[in-house]
Amino acid sequence: MAYEAVIGLEVHAQLLTRSKIFCGCTTQFGAPPNTQTCPVCLGMPGSLPVLNRKALEYAVKMALATNCRVAAESVFARKNYFYPDLPKGYQISQYELPLAEHGHLDIRVNGAVRRIGITRIHLEEDAGKLIHHEVRPVSFVDFNRAGVPLIEIVSEPDIRTPEEASQYLKAIRDILVYLEICDGNMEEGSLRGDANVSLRPLGTAGLGTRTELKNMNSFRFVKLALEYEIRRQRGLLAAGREIIQETRLWDASQNQTISMRGKEEAHDYRYFPDPDLAPVRIDEQWLEDLRKNLPELPAAKWQRFQDQYGLPEYDAEVLTADKALADYFEGTVKEFPHPKKVSNWIMGEFMRELKETPSLMSSVTFAASGKLLKLVEKGAISATASKGVFVEMVKTGQDPETIIQEKGLAQISDTGALEAAAREILAANPKEVADYKAGKTKVMGFFVGQLMRRTKGQANPQLANEVFKKLLNEI
Amino acid sequence: MAEPLYSMSISRLAPILGRGEVSPVEVTEQFLERIGRLDEKIHAYLTVDADGALAQARNAEARRREGEATTLTGIPLALKDVLATQGLRTTCASRILENFAPPFDATVCARLRQAGAVFLGKVNMDEFAMGSSTENSAFGVTHNPWRRDHIPGGSSGGAAAAVAADLCTASLGSDTGGSIRQPASHCGVVGLKPTYGRVSRYGLVAYASSLDQIGPVTKEVRDAAILLQAIAGQDRRDSTSVPAPVPDYQEALGQDVRGLKIGVPKEYFGEGLDPDVREAVEAALKTLASLGADLVEVSLPHTEYAVATYYVVAVAEASSNLARYDGVKYGVRREGRNLMEMYYNTRASGFGAEVRRRIMLGTYALSAGYYEAYYKKASQVRMLIRRDFDAAFNKCAAIAAPVAPTPAFRIGEKIDDPLTMYLSDIFTISANLAGIPGISVPCGFSSLGLPIGLQILGPPFGEPVVLQTAYAFEQATDFHKRRPEF
Repeated sequence: MAYEAVIGLEVHAQLLTRSKIFCGCTTQFGAPPNTQTCPVCLGMPGSLPVLNRKALEYAVKMALATNCRVAAESVFARKNYFYPDLPKGYQISQYELPLAEHGHLDIRVNGAVRRIGITRIHLEEDAGKLIHHEVRPVSFVDFNRAGVPLIEIVSEPDIRTPEEASQYLKAIRDILVYLEICDGNMEEGSLRGDANVSLRPLGTAGLGTRTELKNMNSFRFVKLALEYEIRRQRGLLAAGREIIQETRLWDASQNQTISMRGKEEAHDYRYFPDPDLAPVRIDEQWLEDLRKNLPELPAAKWQRFQDQYGLPEYDAEVLTADKALADYFEGTVKEFPHPKKVSNWIMGEFMRELKETPSLMSSVTFAASGKLLKLVEKGAISATASKGVFVEMVKTGQDPETIIQEKGLAQISDTGALEAAAREILAANPKEVADYKAGKTKVMGFFVGQLMRRTKGQANPQLANEVFKKLLNEI
Repeated sequence: MAEPLYSMSISRLAPILGRGEVSPVEVTEQFLERIGRLDEKIHAYLTVDADGALAQARNAEARRREGEATTLTGIPLALKDVLATQGLRTTCASRILENFAPPFDATVCARLRQAGAVFLGKVNMDEFAMGSSTENSAFGVTHNPWRRDHIPGGSSGGAAAAVAADLCTASLGSDTGGSIRQPASHCGVVGLKPTYGRVSRYGLVAYASSLDQIGPVTKEVRDAAILLQAIAGQDRRDSTSVPAPVPDYQEALGQDVRGLKIGVPKEYFGEGLDPDVREAVEAALKTLASLGADLVEVSLPHTEYAVATYYVVAVAEASSNLARYDGVKYGVRREGRNLMEMYYNTRASGFGAEVRRRIMLGTYALSAGYYEAYYKKASQVRMLIRRDFDAAFNKCAAIAAPVAPTPAFRIGEKIDDPLTMYLSDIFTISANLAGIPGISVPCGFSSLGLPIGLQILGPPFGEPVVLQTAYAFEQATDFHKRRPEF
C-alpha cells in the first residue's frame, strides 16, 4: 500500500530581547553559571513575574509576519511539572488563550508553492540547563537561561515530506532573522524544531498514530530524522504491526530515532491561568503600528528581486536568504547599476571571501564594492586582478583605487607598452609563431598568457589579442 | 499610672517618640525584654531579631534627631513569617524553609523600613498560611493570650496574638480566606484585609496568588489606617497591584456614620452561628444603628458555595505555588537514590499534613479530566459570588457581619476534623473570592471571656468606608481597651 506522511512542526525560538521575559536579568549567552539570575528567575519564594513588553512586541511581530490573528486578550498559563532545571516547578506559558492563531506560511518546494497552516503562536519562558558531571554521578544546574523569552510556533499537520518540513523550518528561520527577533541558530539551540509525524494510506483523510520527534538540532537532522521515521513507520505498517504513540529522540550518531517515553509516561501538565499575571491586552493602535512597520519579508523580497532587477529565481533565492546580503546587493546596485553583474560577483567572489571573513560587510562598504565593479567595467583593471584587489580591500578596508595604485595593478591599455613586450615574446618563441602561421590559431592563447604573466595580469586581455594579431600579420 | 509603652497604639506612641520623651532604642529594648520574658507563654514569635531591631531603632533615633521621621519611625512591629525579609529567616512555619533567608525584602517590608519602622521579628502562622488555628505550624502552636488553652485563630495567629499580648505595637499578616480577620477577632484586636491589588504581594510567599493579600493587625482602627497608608499603592514588581491612587485613610476616620447604609446579609446569620457570637454581633448592629447608620437587609445568595469554591481555587493555586520547594535550590533537601526519590523524601518530610493534603487536593482539581468540573466551575462560581457583592453594594455602602461562626476554640479541638476547621472561615472567605476589603473590630466577649469580632466589608477600594464604620463603632464602645491577662 502507498502511504503519505502527515507532519506538523512545533518550533521554539529564543527572542533576542536584552532582558528576560519576566525579570530584568540579561539574556546574554555564555556567562559563568548562575551569574545572570535574580529572585524572580530563580523562583524564590515571594517573587513575582512582570512581563517584558519587548518580548510581547517581538512575538506579535512574528504573528503578523505569519498572517496570524492576534488575540485582543491572551492569557498566561502555568504548565506544571517537576524537573530540576525548572525553578518554580512550573513553566509560565500560554495554553487556552494563546497570543495568536490561524496563520499560514507559503513555502516553495521544487518550484511549487505550498501553504502551511499555523495553528498558534504563544509566548513562554525557557528553562535552565542541567550540566552532568563527567565522572561522578552528580548534576549541576545553571539558571542563566531560565526566563529567556521563547515563542512557540505550532503548524497545522499540513506538511507531507521531509523536504517540505525542512523548507518550512527554513522559512520560519528566515522570517525570524529578518524581523531581528531571533538569531536562528539551531546548533546553539536558539531555534528548536520538534515534529509530529504519522502515516496514512495515500488518498485517505484520517490520521494515523503519531510519534513526536525531538532533538533535531539542524535543518539536515530534521530531514534525516523525518526520513528515518517515515521509513520506520512504513516498515511497521507493511509488517502489519502497530505504531506506538510515543516521543522519540533523534540520535545523530546512530542516524536513527530512539524511543524516549511512551504515552503512559506523558505528563499531565495541569495547565491553569497564572494568577500572577494579568491577561495580555493588545492595543489596536499598537498592533497597527507594528503591522505598518514590519520590514519586507523574505518571500516578498525574493519576488521583488526577480521583478525589479530581472534576476533569475536562483539568484534571488541566494541573495534574499540573508537580509544583510540582500541589503548589500541593493546598495551595490545603487553604485553600479548592473544587477546581474552585481549578483554574479556577490554570489562568487564576495561570498567566497565572506566565508573567510564574516565581518566583511561591515569592513567593506557596498560603495567600495560598487566602485571596484565600476573599475572592472571601465577596463581600468582586469577581472583577474580585481580578485586580488578585493582580498586586499577585505584585509585593509582600503579604497579599491588606492590599492590599485599602491600595488601597481592598473590594467595596461597602452598599445605601445604592450607591443614591446609582445615582440619579445614572439621573438623568443619561433616554434609557436610557425605553428600560428601554419593555421594553429589556438597558440594565440599561449601568447596572451605569456603577456599576462609578464605584466602580472595587468594587460588588458582584449588589447593583447589585437596586438598579437597585428604583429603576427606583420611577420 | 501612665499607660505602659508596650500597650500603646501607634497613634499614641508616635507623638511620644516624636517629642523625644522616649527613644526608639528604649522602646525596642522594652519590647525585646518583654518578648524574652513572656513569649514562652504565647509562642507568637518564631524568630526574634534583636540585633536587627536595635540597629533599626538606632537608625530611627538618628532620623528622629535629624527631623526626618515619619509616624512609623521607631515603631516596633512584628511580621508574619510569610513575608520575605532580607537576610532574616523566613520559614512560613514550615520545615522545608526552616533555614531559608531570602536575599530580598518584600515590598511591604521595604516600604516600612523606608518609613523607619523597627522589625522585632517574625511571627508564627499555620504552615504556608494554610489553616485557621496556627496549629499547623511546624514549630508549635501559638496560644490565645485571653485563654492559653485556646487557639489564637489563623493563619496569622502569631501576628494577632503578639498584638493582643503587647509583644509588639502592631503587625502585618496575610489574608487568603480570613487569615487576618479571623485571628484578629479571636484575639480581640483589629485586622484589615485590603482590596486585592491594593497592597503589593511581592515578597509575600504565595499560598493562593489570586486570593492572598497583606494587611495590618493593630490595637486600634486608626493604626490600621496608618499602616495601610504606608504599605498601599502600586508596585511595578507585582503585576496584580493596582495603579488606583491611594487616598488619605485617616481622613475617613471621625466622619460619622449617620445615614450611612449598612447592609446586613441574612445568609450570615443562619444556623451554626454560636449564640454568644450572634448576641455580640447583633448588639454591635444596634450600636451602629444608634450612631445613625441605616441598617438594610441584603442578600448574598451564593454564600453557601463560598467554602467549596475556596477549597478548589486556593488549593489548586497552592499545588502549583508550592511546587518550587523541591530540594533543588534552597531550603531543606532529603537525598534519595535518584531524582524522584529526592523529590519524594524532601517534600514528604518537609511539608506538614495539612499542606500535603491541600497540595494533593489541588493537584487533583487541576488534573486532566477534572479541571472543567473543579477549577473551571469554581472560577465561574467565584464570578457569581463577586456579583452578589456588586448587587449588595448597590444597596448599601458597607456590609456588617460576624467574622467567625464561633469564638476561638480549644487547642486540638478541631485538628483532626479538617472539614469543621474549614468552616471557621465561612464568613471571611467570600471577601477574598470577591477581592473586596474587610476589617475585624472587637465587638464583645463570649461567656468564656474570649473576644468576638465584628466584620465590616466594603466594595473594591472601599477601605475608607470600612475604616470609617469600624472607627465609629470602636469609638462608641470600649471592647478594644480591654487587655488579656496571661
